[in-house]
Amino acid sequence: MKTNVAELQVCSPRSIDEALQQRRDIPGLTPIAGGTEVLVWLNDAKFAGKTYQSLHGLAKDWRYVRANKDGTLGIGALATYSDVRFHPVVKERYPLLVESARVTGALQIQNRGTPVGNIANGSPAADTVPSLLVYDAKLKLKSLRGERLVDLKDFFTGYRRNVMTSDELITEIVLPPPLFMPAQQHYRKVGTREAQAISKVVFAGARSAAGVRLAWGSLAPTTIRALKTEAALQNGADANAAWEILQREIAPIDDIRSTAEYRRKVARNILFEFLNKLANTL
Amino acid sequence: MKQTISFTLNGNSVTVESHPMQPLLYALREDADAPGTKYGCGEGECGACTVILNDELVMSCLVPVVQAEGARVETIEGLANADELHAVQQAFLESGGAQCGICTPGMIMAGVHHLRHPERAPGGVPEALEGNLCRCTGYTRIFTAMKRAKEILSAGGTGS
Ligand SMILES: Cc1cc2nc3c(=O)[nH]c(=O)nc-3n(C[C@H](O)[C@H](O)[C@H](O)COP(=O)(O)OP(=O)(O)OC[C@H]3O[C@@H](n4cnc5c(N)ncnc54)[C@H](O)[C@@H]3O)c2cc1C
Ligand code: FES
Ligand code: FES
Repeated sequence: MKTNVAELQVCSPRSIDEALQQRRDIPGLTPIAGGTEVLVWLNDAKFAGKTYQSLHGLAKDWRYVRANKDGTLGIGALATYSDVRFHPVVKERYPLLVESARVTGALQIQNRGTPVGNIANGSPAADTVPSLLVYDAKLKLKSLRGERLVDLKDFFTGYRRNVMTSDELITEIVLPPPLFMPAQQHYRKVGTREAQAISKVVFAGARSAAGVRLAWGSLAPTTIRALKTEAALQNGADANAAWEILQREIAPIDDIRSTAEYRRKVARNILFEFLNKLANTL
Repeated sequence: MKQTISFTLNGNSVTVESHPMQPLLYALREDADAPGTKYGCGEGECGACTVILNDELVMSCLVPVVQAEGARVETIEGLANADELHAVQQAFLESGGAQCGICTPGMIMAGVHHLRHPERAPGGVPEALEGNLCRCTGYTRIFTAMKRAKEILSAGGTGS
């Protein structure tokens, strides 16, 4: 571990109120849920933060996956990928979420990592975010000032930037009742190998008479919904026309994992694969 | 500043003086005198540091020890029963599932967890062990060992 852990401070709140007070009163507190991002930064000494807030004492409040009577689903801030992946209601109604949890890291990562940490971390390659975008997820943000609900699609403002203020925490992901049948949904992660690989391109999509959703990771500074391509498909555009538009909505780059050119090629292939698969179910 | 952190390690209560953000891996090896758990990469990629925490398989290099307060931790040291090896250990021995041995404690903990909770890896042994890398065996002997462990268990061998 390159970071000198002796220099780090950590608060471990026992209640939600205590956690929110700390966020108001102590500047620069980095929250830790499962720690599968934070501990990697510490290992590489990539992050200068000295004060942390470990949320593990709030598991009784925030580690849940809850199917509500109104048909919505709540995923608490400390629910893990495994909690999501093996939840019967998630399996039945939100298959893209099961698939994205399944391809995240390996079991050890799925047992600790959280979808909320995946969102807050803000990586454009986050594997769960595209699935959540397809399901029109909203985030509950809470501070001592109150609670607000933000559309996930409006949460990110740039590369690893988001609308959260320093006194807030994400407390829950809220999913409305699903608009799509399982057969109308498609998930694809392209990485170097099956387990433990960061995506070169990741896609979640769905299509029915009710609408079209195309959500992508690793093709822009944030995970994105391709809103213009969605609208074109809704208005009857064919695959080639959709690709023309999608090309202008994405901005892939060369980095250590892949090249812009390869990513474009993969994006096109995935789009066609998705449209072909769904052609048979519409 | 160091903090006093207590948890149970293989059924015994232990109290360590550790920096709270220190990974559990180091707290086990250096502060709790349990060096059986190995260090490979320090960042979740290799699985050498795999332990069971509150009945869940985790990479101990990614768990700040403060999060282990009050938890039940199980490591390779806790598997054998007096002179009798755990079924998974015995099977690795018989099948040549270990060569250099660096991946072995983590691999065995993942194997033990899989036999307890097969439902957590619907894809079977390859999925259960997908977080554990081995540079030596080519995995075949490890998969053979997992088959053998099931046989030992069903013949009444030690393992829980
Ligand atoms: C070996 C390995 C493999 C991985 N594989 C994948 C993969 O395949 N796909 C993928 O997408 N990711 C992968 N990851 C990354 C990581 O596991 C995920 O991003 C995970 O979802 C992070 O969740 P966490 O709870 O562990 O986050 P933490 O490390 O605890 O936190 C991550 C970030 O979120 C913030 N945060 C956490 N909770 C809150 C909250 N309630 N409110 C506000 N901010 C919060 C933290 O401050 C931090 O900035 C991998 C990581 C490792 C080590
Ligand atoms: S040392 Fe923990 S996964 Fe490699
Ligand atoms: S036996 Fe050497 S790494 Fe597995």
